[in-house]
Amino acid sequence: MIDSFAFNIPFISIFLAMIAAIITPLLPKQNRIPENLSCCVIGIIGILSAYLLYALTNSGQSLSFNFKIGNFPVPYGNELKAGPLEAVLSLFFSLSMLLSLTGNFSSTEEDIAPNRRQLFCVLVNLIMSSLLAMTYTNDIFTAYVFIEISTIAACSIVAVKESPETARAALRYLVMSLVGSGLILIVICLLYNLTGHLIMQNMHIAIQVLVSAKSYIMPLTVSLALITTGLAVKSALYPFSFWLPDAHGSSTNLSSAILSGLVLKGHIFLLIKIFYRVFGLDVIHALRMDTVIFILGLLAMIMGSVHALRQTNVKRMIAWSSVAQVGYIFLGVGLNTTAGIAAACLHIIVHACVKPMLITAAGGLSNAAGHKKGLHALMGTFYSNVWAGLGFMAGAFSMMGIPAFAGFASKLSLTMASFDHPVIVWSLAALAASSVLNALYYVPAVIVILTHNKNMNNNFSAPPPTRLYKISMTCFLALNFYLGLFCMPLLRLITRGVNVL
Amino acid sequence: MNEEIKAIWKSLFDWVMGNGPRPENEVIPDEPPPDLPFTRKPKDKYSRFHEATLKERYNQWLEIHGLHMFSSLYSGISVLTCIVIVSLLLATVSELPSLSDERNLANNEIIRRYVERGGKETGAQNIVAGLILNYRAFNTFGESAVLFTAAVSVLMLLGASRRNNADDEQSMKGNDSGKNFMQRGPPSVRLHTFRRDDAILRGTASISIPVILIMGCVIIINGHLLSGGAILSTALILCANAYDFERVHKFFNEQIFITITSTSLMIYALSNIFNGGLILLPNICIGLIVAGTLYGFYALLSEGEI
Repeated sequence: MIDSFAFNIPFISIFLAMIAAIITPLLPKQNRIPENLSCCVIGIIGILSAYLLYALTNSGQSLSFNFKIGNFPVPYGNELKAGPLEAVLSLFFSLSMLLSLTGNFSSTEEDIAPNRRQLFCVLVNLIMSSLLAMTYTNDIFTAYVFIEISTIAACSIVAVKESPETARAALRYLVMSLVGSGLILIVICLLYNLTGHLIMQNMHIAIQVLVSAKSYIMPLTVSLALITTGLAVKSALYPFSFWLPDAHGSSTNLSSAILSGLVLKGHIFLLIKIFYRVFGLDVIHALRMDTVIFILGLLAMIMGSVHALRQTNVKRMIAWSSVAQVGYIFLGVGLNTTAGIAAACLHIIVHACVKPMLITAAGGLSNAAGHKKGLHALMGTFYSNVWAGLGFMAGAFSMMGIPAFAGFASKLSLTMASFDHPVIVWSLAALAASSVLNALYYVPAVIVILTHNKNMNNNFSAPPPTRLYKISMTCFLALNFYLGLFCMPLLRLITRGVNVL
Repeated sequence: MNEEIKAIWKSLFDWVMGNGPRPENEVIPDEPPPDLPFTRKPKDKYSRFHEATLKERYNQWLEIHGLHMFSSLYSGISVLTCIVIVSLLLATVSELPSLSDERNLANNEIIRRYVERGGKETGAQNIVAGLILNYRAFNTFGESAVLFTAAVSVLMLLGASRRNNADDEQSMKGNDSGKNFMQRGPPSVRLHTFRRDDAILRGTASISIPVILIMGCVIIINGHLLSGGAILSTALILCANAYDFERVHKFFNEQIFITITSTSLMIYALSNIFNGGLILLPNICIGLIVAGTLYGFYALLSEGEI
């Protein structure tokens, strides 16, 4: 059995982030106290998650445990559930969040007015807390409450940069996101009416009873369709993803990194939990939702890249590439097997580490070009900010799926997962086509930043990258190569986690 | 063969560099013009008797009718979508089991325990208070955190932007400007600057504000019987409308607003962690959060600052 400290870690890490958010407005604003507090707390959460993972893998027999919140046992009170998969995800989420915070320190100070930074840190902590809660919760209504927190906080960290585009993008994001929240809430009401439970396992038992008696199939189908739509809007699955490039392309670098890398992933993992823990894979298959998810994933992989090809703004290009990568994750979910979901979870981790690196690097490059975001303006910026250039190249190669980079590992596991599945032809074709399309826009971008610019404006000198930027970029690169080269133990761990999800 | 490969590389290089094949009469501008749709100027015609091509005519037609077409199409599709979703949901709801049906899975041991033993187990006078503050206290904490998030977001987006720039510059220059940061600069421009000397409003307010205040306090303190905190904020809103906004500002400014909200949520979080089954303390905290947030929204959205 695991020790009592590790047993409390899920609860402690949610509340640590929440209390950091609550206490930040009461602290003085000088000396970067709010920023340092956020970094410390997120670092501590990372260490705690690593310890939880260690305790879980060395515990022997039971790999997951339930944690009761409050005074009452499970059908009456609230519950968290932690297993290896949750621990791995919260470890990588906190690592990625920490590195995005430190890497984008200077760009955040340029973009956001000083009197807003304190409250901005509050929102970042709230997003972290809601991500952890979505990862650990075993209660579907708790999940909804924290979805609301992340929705509001995510919209305001888009709008914090004062410009007309961000205001428009944030409004659009808010409307789309609220549609998603509304659908999720309606489905929670419907499911409660059908099953009488809010705890995921108990709902699963009730749904099994209903499906085996062939009663209330139509309300169940509608609930499944609507909650999938709601979470797909939030996680930017292709036909619902038109808010994403505006919101992620026009906001400040830290916001785009957090949104692309983490907020989308929290919702996707929640959808995986609802599929796996509430409905069960056989019910999903019987209601044909896996086919819909699979087709939408294929569509997203192709269309995200096609849209990205048309962009001239580097951040919008990366944002559309996020749409394509979300398609990969949904492809894994749509396979509807344990291996497929494990591959999807690996891709969640890979994308959560690579996309913030890519955005941080693109921010550094456009800083070196004098705050220009156009691709043509980035010519030769590799030589003025080598760290950002290396990060951008590694991120681009990872997105294309070059071996030894992180993206290769998850694409390989997606391919392996689709081998014993009837849809193998479609998924392999789509993976190949999407990789080629990724290369079609990332390779020119890499060539552009590597090409010497002869008529570069010499009297403009960009500030050199700070030490913090170099350190976090090094960590990002190390993480990238770790995921690319040594992913197999991680994949085994995730598979064990999916089995006890 | 070699020449062909060279030509392909040349064209790829040209494409990357941005100098592909160009028409002979093209004028290369020094700097690419901003490509905004409303600032685009019509192209000069080369001859007086220039006849519009089919594409140009299409573009002209689109410029005149496009927006109208789009808006009518948009409203048509949105109405259709709404009708489809509404009918789908109505059909689903009609399929749901009725509450009185004893085979309904929702009539299970949870509701029975809440109703039968809720009062005894939680010590609450009404079941709803016991339910939201004891059985499902974590969710209610999350809901209060939603309010806190909303308050922080509105304060960040509306409150902080309207302060004068001198404040920003001072805090940018050095770290020793902590005191200045807390102090308020000269008042910024109000959104509504009408004189509030309405005798009827003031007369009514002078009578009703004490009553509303007492009512609000009673409701907040009696949290285990009646939960709610919005009434307290109506007293503040009425005060701000009847008298001057400055008067409320003397005892309720941004600092106090954020202190009250954060402290209440903090107390609530701590009572949630060391769960002693408290009901009164969390309820007072929720009441204060709701009251502060509602007044804060009103002040920020109507006046632009707290």
